[in-house]
Amino acid sequence: MNFKLQIWRQKDRQSKGKLVDYEARDISPDASLLEMLDIVNEGLLLKGETPIAFDSDCREGICGTCSLNVNGEAHGCDHPGAVCELYMRRFRDGQKIIIEPFRLRSFPIVKDLVVDRSALDRIVQAGGFVSARAGSAPEANSILIPKQDADLSMEAAACIGCGACAAACPNASAMLFTAAKVSHLSLLPQGNPERTSRVLKMVNAMDAEGFGNCTNTYECEAVCPAEISASFIAKLNREYIRANWHTSGAE
Amino acid sequence: MIVAITGIILILFVVGHLLGNLQIFLGPDWINSYSEHLRELGPLLWAIRIFLLATVIVHIYVTIRLAIANRRARPKSYIDKENVKATFASRHMVMSGLIVLAFIIYHLAHFTFRKTDPRFGLLKLDPLNRYDVYSMMVYGFQNYVVSGFYVFALFLLFLHLSHGSSSFFQSLGLNNKKLEPRLALGGRIFAWLLFIGYASIPVAILLGLIKPAQQL
Ligand code: HEM
Ligand code: SF4
Ligand code: FES
Repeated sequence: MNFKLQIWRQKDRQSKGKLVDYEARDISPDASLLEMLDIVNEGLLLKGETPIAFDSDCREGICGTCSLNVNGEAHGCDHPGAVCELYMRRFRDGQKIIIEPFRLRSFPIVKDLVVDRSALDRIVQAGGFVSARAGSAPEANSILIPKQDADLSMEAAACIGCGACAAACPNASAMLFTAAKVSHLSLLPQGNPERTSRVLKMVNAMDAEGFGNCTNTYECEAVCPAEISASFIAKLNREYIRANWHTSGAE
Repeated sequence: MIVAITGIILILFVVGHLLGNLQIFLGPDWINSYSEHLRELGPLLWAIRIFLLATVIVHIYVTIRLAIANRRARPKSYIDKENVKATFASRHMVMSGLIVLAFIIYHLAHFTFRKTDPRFGLLKLDPLNRYDVYSMMVYGFQNYVVSGFYVFALFLLFLHLSHGSSSFFQSLGLNNKKLEPRLALGGRIFAWLLFIGYASIPVAILLGLIKPAQQL
């Protein structure tokens, strides 16, 4: 298959950057979009040009490293799935494909399609952990957890931290990510003791990173490769209101 | 939170106001006495008005600040952006809200302070010595431009509330996976009902179904 590509090229953090036209020829329909970029890059290297920088690691949808906006959608048109799982058979032969980096203030562009998503790490560092030593995996039935809670917690824990939610959100809000990270711990007994302080610290960290505010457009859940439901945002709102209530009572 | 709570108060007002206005279909006696009762509230009516005004101001102040912060959060927008799930209504809350605001100001000048239509001063009291709200509404809406703007603003209110009236549940955390699609549908139906209810009045008047109770 052949494609007309328009790809964002930007030399470094400071420079302006622009869309540049490329051609991709003789691509297998079973190649992923990232493999197609690899092939284009080989061609660029042979011509002595700088290859297009983009992020990827596992290439099987579990690490959350790949992060591209393809034809206007975070991770491309094949939802749910990360862009490493987007195959060229999803496109028409000869189709124009525009590839841009995730665009938001909290994810500054490092080079070409690579953005710095450490803002998400700092949200987790603010409280997305359990302080007590958890030791090695305990005997499965030593702590009893209701099945619904365990399932819901696992659902939230599926978040791979790719940042597509914030990238797709019309307000550049990272609520879905934060909601997933707060929920999967607060639902379990191990996470319960720090439930109140965790949500306050993580929401404050999220605001401090300069993300926008959620207005419930649900664009995030539509692009999330891990199918995190926006109902976790309702849960985050609940946790946040509860935590504010508790701390105001304590003073 | 603040947006949701002020939004709910405004929704309650909009519903109450609609129920009041629909009394026009029951004839002049109903709506004129309704309006008389409202005015008899005296200071309480003013308290309600000031409360609503404060609510509107807070709602707008907070939402505009949020909207500015959201714009800052994405200094450079995408060259190419598709919306997979976000509706038109949800992406244009500020636009629909501000046009509704312009309408509210005009609407108050029109029917509350009666500054835009000199004919309203010519209206005689009704047989029971009450201000003839019924005839005022009919004369007001007989003008196509007035009615047109009214219906247009209502349509934007419909847009605003087709997102807002389910969105506030989510903001207050009163939502889950099962409820979500039902709330979204319920919110949209609610917004349509409001639109149809309000729009029925000028439409009925323009079709000549409701005639003034007195000649000017
Ligand atoms: C008069 C000017 C108004 C402006 C500028 C305005 C603006 C906004 C904005 C920007 C939002 C937040 C966006 C979002 O949640 O997606 C919002 C939400 C909302 N508005 Fe308004 N609005 C106005 C009037 C009204 C009126 C008259 C009502 C009620 C009848 C109303 C009810 C709501 C509700 C219920 C929400 C959702 C709250 C939430 O989800 O937290 N608004 N408004
Ligand atoms: S919630 Fe979904 S879209 Fe957001 S970071 Fe996690 S996996 Fe990515
Ligand atoms: S490269 Fe790991 S999720 Fe795409």
